[in-house]
Amino acid sequence: MSNWDRFVETFFNAKVLARYWPDIVAGLWVTIGLAALVVVSGLVAGLGLALLRSLGVRVLNWAIIFVVDVFRALPPLVIIVLIYFGLPSLDIVPSGFVSTWASLALVLMAFAEEIFWAGLTAVPKGQWEAARSTGLGFGQTLMRVVLPQALRITIPPLTNRTIAITKGTALGSVVAVSEILGQASSAVSNSYNPSPLTLGAAAYLVLFLPVVVFGRWVEARFR
Amino acid sequence: MIRPRMRWCAADWVEAQGALIVRAHGLHKHFGALHVLKGVDLEVAERELVFIIGPSGSGKSTLLRCLNRLETPESGSVAIDGIDLLDRRTDLNHARQRIGMVFQSFNLYPHMTALANVTLALRLVAGKSRAEADAAGRAALARVGLADRAEHRPGQLSGGQQQRVAIARAIALEPRVMLFDEPTSALDPELVGSVLAVMRSLRESGMTMVVVSHEMGFARAAADRVVFMDHGVIVEQGRPAEIFETPSHPRTQAFISQIRQH
Ligand SMILES: Nc1ncnc2c1ncn2[C@@H]1O[C@H](COP(=O)(O)OP(=O)(O)OP(=O)(O)O)[C@@H](O)[C@H]1O
Ligand SMILES: [Mg+2]
Repeated sequence: MSNWDRFVETFFNAKVLARYWPDIVAGLWVTIGLAALVVVSGLVAGLGLALLRSLGVRVLNWAIIFVVDVFRALPPLVIIVLIYFGLPSLDIVPSGFVSTWASLALVLMAFAEEIFWAGLTAVPKGQWEAARSTGLGFGQTLMRVVLPQALRITIPPLTNRTIAITKGTALGSVVAVSEILGQASSAVSNSYNPSPLTLGAAAYLVLFLPVVVFGRWVEARFR
Repeated sequence: MIRPRMRWCAADWVEAQGALIVRAHGLHKHFGALHVLKGVDLEVAERELVFIIGPSGSGKSTLLRCLNRLETPESGSVAIDGIDLLDRRTDLNHARQRIGMVFQSFNLYPHMTALANVTLALRLVAGKSRAEADAAGRAALARVGLADRAEHRPGQLSGGQQQRVAIARAIALEPRVMLFDEPTSALDPELVGSVLAVMRSLRESGMTMVVVSHEMGFARAAADRVVFMDHGVIVEQGRPAEIFETPSHPRTQAFISQIRQH
């Protein structure tokens, strides 16, 4: 057998691919669901924290900064493992899916908070003063005048950070989440052939390549 | 009421004209260790146009910002059109509708059209419907000569046009007094005239105005009174001709001769 045949046999084994592609597609859906949950909950929580921080309550802000720094410092896998293997000793038994979701959402929340906060503080003070001088309240000024301007500034860094963190869904395979990588790994151990990993990689490309291209467009559009 | 007497004071004007719109007394304001207002009294009568001049850092902006509570003085009293701005029970947002403010840097909302800039507070604060607000907003833009720029964003307007939109944003709320903080200082010289023309027409319509500016020509032509501030106190005030031609205080004399050179 030539090297080329060995290569094809290893990574593009037709029988294995035919046998396991439905599993990878199932994993793709799990990844999509997990990613969507992480993005929505992480961004909403991050925006919420940034808005809370803008209230300027000192003790609250210290707490926010502490939480944010902790989740920016910890590797996501460490948080996943802590939740999945640690919480059960408190009689809370989260599934691998929930552990991964919660971990990545917390990490995205932390980074998103910092990005939203930077955007909010980048809006000139004169915008606040103009709005307040016409009688708008704090909340009205924040939501109608300041936040729309802040969001524009935050979209490019936020898009990049969100993509980076969402790819971390693959870490779920460590705690038995049957997302793309999890499905591919078990297919590999069942078939004694790495071809399912090729399919897995292809599935990640199908999912994330459009998102990355979209991020590039966003970056150009909102710069 | 006990009122500190000055060489010329709004009370003289009131006797002829009507009510006091601005009554600020004994204002003190610190920024950290810096004592910026050291017991300032300012009264402005209805329909009066008061000019405030003085060296950089003398506290002109701070005084103006105390008049709509963008700054809060540590002591003293501020009443606008009879509303006590320092009373905790006062609804500040409601009161601020009556106090228009125009800033040196325009501070238009860059993400909104000129019309949306003007109508935002009309809808959110004055409680007008969108149709009512649009009508009032277009009328205000027409008053500043920008009826045909309603759909433009601030970035598509010249500095002078932006400042006129900012004036429209304030007057649309039908304020009882307008505060101007160096409204023409950020403008190219050829654009100053258009803004001053709008201010002059406002004045002719009977608007009460407090203007921080060094536009001496405009002060001479339009102001009823010029107030000279230095180091956080009102040093001297009087009719424009008095202050510009025959200032009595040496610090006023020095300042006037200095701005003459420019
Ligand atoms: N928010 C602030 N924090 C700290 N210091 C301030 C603040 N605002 C003003 N000051 C200081 O207070 C003093 C008076 O400022 P103010 O802006 O009232 O002066 P001004 O007469 O308007 O000067 P200019 O002609 O330069 O605008 C200055 O020394 C200024 O640096
Ligand atoms: Mg100033």
